[in-house]
Amino acid sequence: MSADRPPAEGAEPIDEERDRTPVADADVCVIGAGPAGGLVASRLAEADLEVVILEAGPRFDPADRLARQERAIRPAYDRPAVWDGDPERDAHASSGERFYPLNHARVKGVGGSTLHWQGMVMRLHEDDFDSASARGVGTDWPIDYEDLRPYYAAAERELGVSGADDNPFAPPREEPHPMPAFRPSYSDGLFAEACDELGIAMHSVPNARNSETDDGRSACVGYGTCQPVCPSGAKYDATVHLERAEAAGATVLDRVPVQRLEHGAERIEAAVYATPDGEERRQEADAFVIACGGVETPRLLLLSESSRYPDGLANSSGLVGKFFMDHCFAGTGGVLDKPTRQNHVGFLTSESHQFYDEADDEIAPFKLEFFNYDGPSPVGLALSGDDWGDDLLERLRAEYGNHVGMGALVEQLPREDSYVALDPEQTDDRGNPVPDVHWSVGDRALETVERVNEIQERILEELGAEITWQVGPEDTGPAYHHMGTTRMGDDPAESVVGPDLRTHDLENCWIASSSVFPTGGAMNPTLTIAALALKAADDVRESL
Amino acid sequence: MELTRRDAVAALAALGVGGGAALGVGRLGRDPDADGGVDAERIRETQVAAAAVVYPSEVSGTREFVETFLEGRLEQPAHAAALEEAVAELDDRAESWYGDAFAVLSVADRERVLEQVGADTADEDPDGTTAERIRYYVVNELLLALYASPTGGELVGLENPQGHAGGLETYRRGPEA
Repeated sequence: MSADRPPAEGAEPIDEERDRTPVADADVCVIGAGPAGGLVASRLAEADLEVVILEAGPRFDPADRLARQERAIRPAYDRPAVWDGDPERDAHASSGERFYPLNHARVKGVGGSTLHWQGMVMRLHEDDFDSASARGVGTDWPIDYEDLRPYYAAAERELGVSGADDNPFAPPREEPHPMPAFRPSYSDGLFAEACDELGIAMHSVPNARNSETDDGRSACVGYGTCQPVCPSGAKYDATVHLERAEAAGATVLDRVPVQRLEHGAERIEAAVYATPDGEERRQEADAFVIACGGVETPRLLLLSESSRYPDGLANSSGLVGKFFMDHCFAGTGGVLDKPTRQNHVGFLTSESHQFYDEADDEIAPFKLEFFNYDGPSPVGLALSGDDWGDDLLERLRAEYGNHVGMGALVEQLPREDSYVALDPEQTDDRGNPVPDVHWSVGDRALETVERVNEIQERILEELGAEITWQVGPEDTGPAYHHMGTTRMGDDPAESVVGPDLRTHDLENCWIASSSVFPTGGAMNPTLTIAALALKAADDVRESL
Repeated sequence: MELTRRDAVAALAALGVGGGAALGVGRLGRDPDADGGVDAERIRETQVAAAAVVYPSEVSGTREFVETFLEGRLEQPAHAAALEEAVAELDDRAESWYGDAFAVLSVADRERVLEQVGADTADEDPDGTTAERIRYYVVNELLLALYASPTGGELVGLENPQGHAGGLETYRRGPEA
């Protein structure tokens, strides 16, 4: 933290003079220091491979977490400012029918977007891997739940998941979660009475958040600002695996955005990265793993076009960037005539996946969420009003205390008219065309949002709530889960990577990211990203 | 409801500063040469006086709470300097409009000064206009300290307000517990 600025202002990335020269004789170059890159790097470094990780954003100082929390609470700072978002570095376009707030949806830096994520970690359901066969829409994955099942279990151990075996709708699992689930909230109990009446089953939420001290990390202490920052470190973020990779001998270079991938016909030869002093360097390696998420991964491939690959690297299918998906949010909330005890913690303790597997070609899979933080936080209200003293306290008492709310995630199908492309009109701080996130949502998702709203209304009415807000088909927004832009498949003409996560076109290039999801399901994607990253790491290791 | 030194330490702990206050080490200077050159006495008196306006009448123990909170916040020289600048501007307005320093005006006149400077309707901004900086460094600094503390939260019915590490019991408690 800088002492030259006020506390909330003083949080800043670590700005050390670092050696950012390429690593000699690298076996593996991982691009992106988020959860996928961190897991791949730690696995391969622990297997005694020489690993280098190139990260576009900075390394953050753990000692600044509380100052970042102050930013999260104070209205002077918007969401990207909490983790030092840079509008020039992170410039983007959004040409789709629905605006996509990309810089609210990601963090660039060591740890990636897990620094600001919510931390919910569910496995996809079996039918999510067979959407075309089981539901008659979308496409089938080239792997099944059974193929990924051992990797899911390993991913739960790696992230440290607190969960319980009380979800009758979850896919089969082989062992308990590493830590016990967080117990239900007071407001979960209010919802449970209403759901019982309606025959809707509630169950716990698997959280990548310590319910007890684990692996040197604190148990959750209830700061209540999980999104966008956990000061205690109880919430998993990918710095855990970046540190583990470094301890095993890997090298992490920060502030080195990869500009392009130099290649021959069948192999990547080097990742060309920029350094803070404006130089360009070449990192050579035997294998390259691209782990830059659903937007920057296709962007890097497209930026790496050449005379051999004029449409971009690994893009003989023409599908790099296509099929951009997110989860659509649906929500309803209201007020009761009694206290509901919201905003003590910033995470969820109950959901219902009861309706998930009723999905077909008309209704998408969805999951219901029961909020523990609906309605305003008093401190946030206090800092943004036009009053103080007794008037302020009276307003806080009137506005806080009796809110209830529900959310839901809804699957959107992959569509070619939903895509990430390069915007030729705009460049970033390095002169590269920025990503254009062109987000389109189809009727199946929107009609499902409407159905979700109806269920939410029934529950809230049974609860006796006066409904005061709703997010429906007209104003649904993204859940900040970028998926689908380098899809996985068996057929090189219809996909970018194979079931081993290796690109069809280049024999030494793997992609570890939600960008490989052929369909998205309606579960938060990070556990599946982690499982696929571990699978990719196995394949890289076997190939070297 | 009485604010305590413990509340102030809790508020400081939520904001990541205040080692001295947390350890019970009083280091608030009484002359302009202490604490990196800022007039800590003036800052303290002004903030205690402002708290009489922006805090609800049902809290007591304000002076000790504010002083303890400031012990921690003034440990950061940049924050202390910016706070002093905001306090100086507030005093300038108070002198111009009411003929005396902010801290010695009546509570009603202090409130008028804060309103006339525009701190009630301004959005906080540490680099903004006078109104926006007074809102950030004076008004919201005090409101943040109060409503991120357990006692401030309890005023509203929330023992574990956002920013306070209040543990994993309160979210499960009912209102009668």
